[in-house]
Amino acid sequence: MNPAAESQEGSPATGKEIPEGTPVLEVRDLRKSLGGKEVLKGVNLTVLKGEALVIIGGSGCGKSVLLKHILGLFKPDSGSIQIEGQDITRLHERDLFTVRQRFGMLFQGAALFDSMTVAENVSFSLDEHSKKSASEKREIVQKKLAIVGLKDVENKYPAELSGGMKKRVALARAIAADPDFLLYDEPTTGLDPIMSDVINELIVKLKKALKVTSIIVTHDMASARKVADRMAMLDGGVIIYHDTPENTFASDNDVVRRFVEGKASMEQMKEIWGESAGTAQESENTRRRKRPPPPAE
Amino acid sequence: MPTAIPGVAAIIAILRTAGGVFMLLVETLRAALGKWPRRRVLVDQFYLIGFRSMPVVLTTGLFTGMVLAVQSFNQFRRVNIVSMVGAVVAVSMVKELGPVLSGLMLAGRVGAAITAEIGTMSVTEQVDALRASATSPIRWLVLPRVAAAVLLTPILTLMADVVGIAGGTLICVGFLKVEWHFHYINMLDWLKVWDVGVGCAKSSVFGLLIALTAAYKGLNTEPGAAGVGKAATEAVVTSCILILVSDFFLTVMFAALKPDWIR
Repeated sequence: MNPAAESQEGSPATGKEIPEGTPVLEVRDLRKSLGGKEVLKGVNLTVLKGEALVIIGGSGCGKSVLLKHILGLFKPDSGSIQIEGQDITRLHERDLFTVRQRFGMLFQGAALFDSMTVAENVSFSLDEHSKKSASEKREIVQKKLAIVGLKDVENKYPAELSGGMKKRVALARAIAADPDFLLYDEPTTGLDPIMSDVINELIVKLKKALKVTSIIVTHDMASARKVADRMAMLDGGVIIYHDTPENTFASDNDVVRRFVEGKASMEQMKEIWGESAGTAQESENTRRRKRPPPPAE
Repeated sequence: MPTAIPGVAAIIAILRTAGGVFMLLVETLRAALGKWPRRRVLVDQFYLIGFRSMPVVLTTGLFTGMVLAVQSFNQFRRVNIVSMVGAVVAVSMVKELGPVLSGLMLAGRVGAAITAEIGTMSVTEQVDALRASATSPIRWLVLPRVAAAVLLTPILTLMADVVGIAGGTLICVGFLKVEWHFHYINMLDWLKVWDVGVGCAKSSVFGLLIALTAAYKGLNTEPGAAGVGKAATEAVVTSCILILVSDFFLTVMFAALKPDWIR
């Protein structure tokens, strides 16, 4: 296990001067119930400066809820989230705005403002929080769109863009104000494999180019393998495992191994096949093995 | 469980909505004291809420004034005071029918639109994206809509009043052959500036209730398309009830302020 992951050390609240590898974000015993169900049951997590931490876990396990807590969009029932030593769970919404200016977030469905053009979306934070002139802002918008590989889309509306382009515009919006932290909520969900890879490459590029600390929530293993410096698995409302990607993909932890290999548990198989689950699966595997190979072209 | 008792769940839901709307009012007032959203956002809302509502409100005013004239004429003819029909139309329009019917029409048109827009933004995480961009959804989404509704509902109501009175006059003088002179004199005699002021004040409150309720329902939309539809329906029904109930209390309040008003 990565010793840094368990570090409880605080860090100076001095912003960008913090050396890489120092803990900058610490989640401690975070609990949250939604709709009468406890989603987070005491999450502990440490994020290091400049790393890309991938949080994996099944659908509905609370990954996105955890991410939204980090941004202060949800208030926890108990526990703390320290960002460079400052507990953001105790801050009022107005004070959280200052903290959020250091974050960029890519939402699962891109969440572009559909009444605004691409350029207005990307420059939204700048319009709201900076005193830059219109020409400076236009230049930044073009630069950020170029970073995500887009041009000549400034005057389009989100409804005119494909899923992959929306994600890239959302990414350009997230990095517009040069954040210290980038949060990605299922960045590749709903995209074809090639566009997924484009987004993965962008995540890696942004981490290197902007030196941001990235937290990526996903259940896309190809994405995790490509972008992660470290991986953590959320299961049953707690972080059950964290380690390097190499160790994670070679893990002998049953839950982690089944997740990274994409295999249903025996209980889930029984829910589908009944008591004959083992036999049914075996015969299916046998049938597949016996199937003749496709003719060579 | 208390919610299992019939009616209790509904009362709890109403109290929760009332509390939520009140808290939203406080937050909106606080936002109004700070930096306002850029001018284009405000202009868009003033256009959508004010200008685009004119056809529906004017149609309501016109036909209400005309039908009121026809109905009153039938009654007043029996006691031979048809020259009072214009006064009845004017006073009824300005005091009650203008503000209340315009309010109800705006609750349907503006309230549903606000809830549907903010609700869709909620379920597609655009509201979260606003907050993530360190921007208050109350300042950005709620404040412009509330400001537009509070300022423009009285203007729309005044337009409905004028059109309604004109429609009533057209029916009375044009078709029912009421003497113009007496019609006009009686109308001026009975219509007071105070009535116009009260009508405007009431419609401002109705505008506030419509926009706040709609925004509250939109911000608290349940996920999915069904959630947005449900929220829009609830917003319209709640605003209509609030308009009718608050109209009574506002009328009593203004009567207490100027006791000779309801005489």
